[in-house]
Amino acid sequence: MLKGRAFKFGDSISTDHIIPGRFACLRSNLPELAKHVLEDADPTFVSRVKGGDFIVAGNNFGLGSSREHAPLVIKMAGVSAILAKSVARIFFRNAINLGLPVLIFDTGEINDGDELEIDLVAGTVKDITNGKQFTFGRIPEVMLRILDEGGLIPYIQKHGDFKL
Amino acid sequence: MGKTLAEKILSKKSGNDARAGDIVIAEVDLVFVQDTTGPLTIRQFQASGLESLANPQKTALFIDHAVPSPNQALSNDHLFLRHFAGETGGFISDVGDGVCHQIVVESLARPGGVIVASDSHTVTAGGLGAFATGMGSSDVAVAMGLGKTWFRVPESIRIVTSGNFQKGVGAKDLILYLIGQIGADGATYKALEFSGDAVGALSMPGRFTIANMAVEAGAKVGLFPADETTRDYLVEQGRGDHYQPIFPDVDAVYEQAICIDVAELEPTLSKPHAVDNTAPVRELKGTKIQQVFIGTCTNGRLEDLAMAANILKGKKRHRETRLIVAPASRQVLLGAIKSGYIQSLVEAGAVVLPPGCGPCLGLHQGVLGDGEACLSTSNRNFKGRMGNPEAFVYLGSPATAAATALTGEITDPREVI
Repeated sequence: MLKGRAFKFGDSISTDHIIPGRFACLRSNLPELAKHVLEDADPTFVSRVKGGDFIVAGNNFGLGSSREHAPLVIKMAGVSAILAKSVARIFFRNAINLGLPVLIFDTGEINDGDELEIDLVAGTVKDITNGKQFTFGRIPEVMLRILDEGGLIPYIQKHGDFKL
Repeated sequence: MGKTLAEKILSKKSGNDARAGDIVIAEVDLVFVQDTTGPLTIRQFQASGLESLANPQKTALFIDHAVPSPNQALSNDHLFLRHFAGETGGFISDVGDGVCHQIVVESLARPGGVIVASDSHTVTAGGLGAFATGMGSSDVAVAMGLGKTWFRVPESIRIVTSGNFQKGVGAKDLILYLIGQIGADGATYKALEFSGDAVGALSMPGRFTIANMAVEAGAKVGLFPADETTRDYLVEQGRGDHYQPIFPDVDAVYEQAICIDVAELEPTLSKPHAVDNTAPVRELKGTKIQQVFIGTCTNGRLEDLAMAANILKGKKRHRETRLIVAPASRQVLLGAIKSGYIQSLVEAGAVVLPPGCGPCLGLHQGVLGDGEACLSTSNRNFKGRMGNPEAFVYLGSPATAAATALTGEITDPREVI
């Protein structure tokens, strides 16, 4: 069971919003890079987010670049899951590969700051603040196996090959 | 039941009867990284426990995004890539060689091959019929070590083109128009497959421009058949033996078909801050532009520089509009010198950067000031993309870019050619 607060974002949050190219010189200094997470979408995010919180977004979250640094700095900020109406393809796979769950459903009724409770096994999101409950789409089987091991690198460390 | 291009390639490379929606493990023919994603990829590779590259001769490391290096941290990232290439036997492409995707299509990609790389514009090689797609560092690290990766076989959207382009209208206008129609997530998880008479008549550079931007509609790949034009290109590149024809089956099943008569297309651009925020160039006429950038994996090829040089030859850029040109590769630069395009552009007031990504991703070389607007031939105009969240980026064709450089404001190229 995951518990935390919702940080609400709109549609089309790109990887350039999440971690802009101008900080590419910090990509081998991840703690410094992570200080700029989502800076161009909400400059106050990094100072407000706490371990366990959630990003709650609209359509096509994470569009753009293949930079795995984008889900990586979100995870480093303590975010425990991303909830979105839809998510871009490369970002989705990258997040799962880092062990960061991405849950797809209509997030429209969740408000910024709401307290949420997520049951990954049952596939439900409960909004404690407004009392509503949501069901998220099934994560594909192959990705669940990777997620269960904590990501692709731990998966390969354990299995040494794809056992899909 | 017949197969789409994506199903055909993934069937062959996985040894299965691959159909849309299936999960397959496919062998990869080329895996590569570039200098902003490569260091993390190498660290993930080292963490994975995979001890060596599956195929050193099929693994490439490109130093192209920050060239020559603007600072110590990036110089050290470059050292890290060179050192890894030296240790593992991977191929290194260094400062001045050019943009990874251009070198891949010039020298490495083959029709029917599978290519994965930690750069989203890896889709460019779909222009010559390769199943080429961008992935993150973990996936690419594992592909480097295992020589294979897993795919969900994508459904395909067929783009059926007909007609002839008007003068001053071309491949870039077609792909911007399409993205404007279907949206930035209109092809998410899917393959865009291009077909029809207008595609048959397109040059290889035009096909690369279109395939390159498939990802801007969310697509996994943008695929073209490998036909006579593809063969001629590979022969010209000295590797005619890499050619094999690839076409979809006539009874292949598509999720949908979109028909475009290219004769009806106008010069098109994307307005800030979204690629699918498109409009005809004429509607933006008069918008002041402080910087024009011609280059990148989208439009930094010889044909693009020729278009710009022919418009600008014997003329001068507007005095309040900077003009930056970055050839996509050493081969392009040499061709542009030999053809006199570089001379025409420099005489018109352009600054020519070394082959590489240049200002496209906001790292260096041409970062915009607050409130400034750039008309760029690149592929993304997200807020902050060119280094400043207070600036504005419009995306257009090389013809639109050159016409705009002349007048200092957004200009329909049909007015100047």
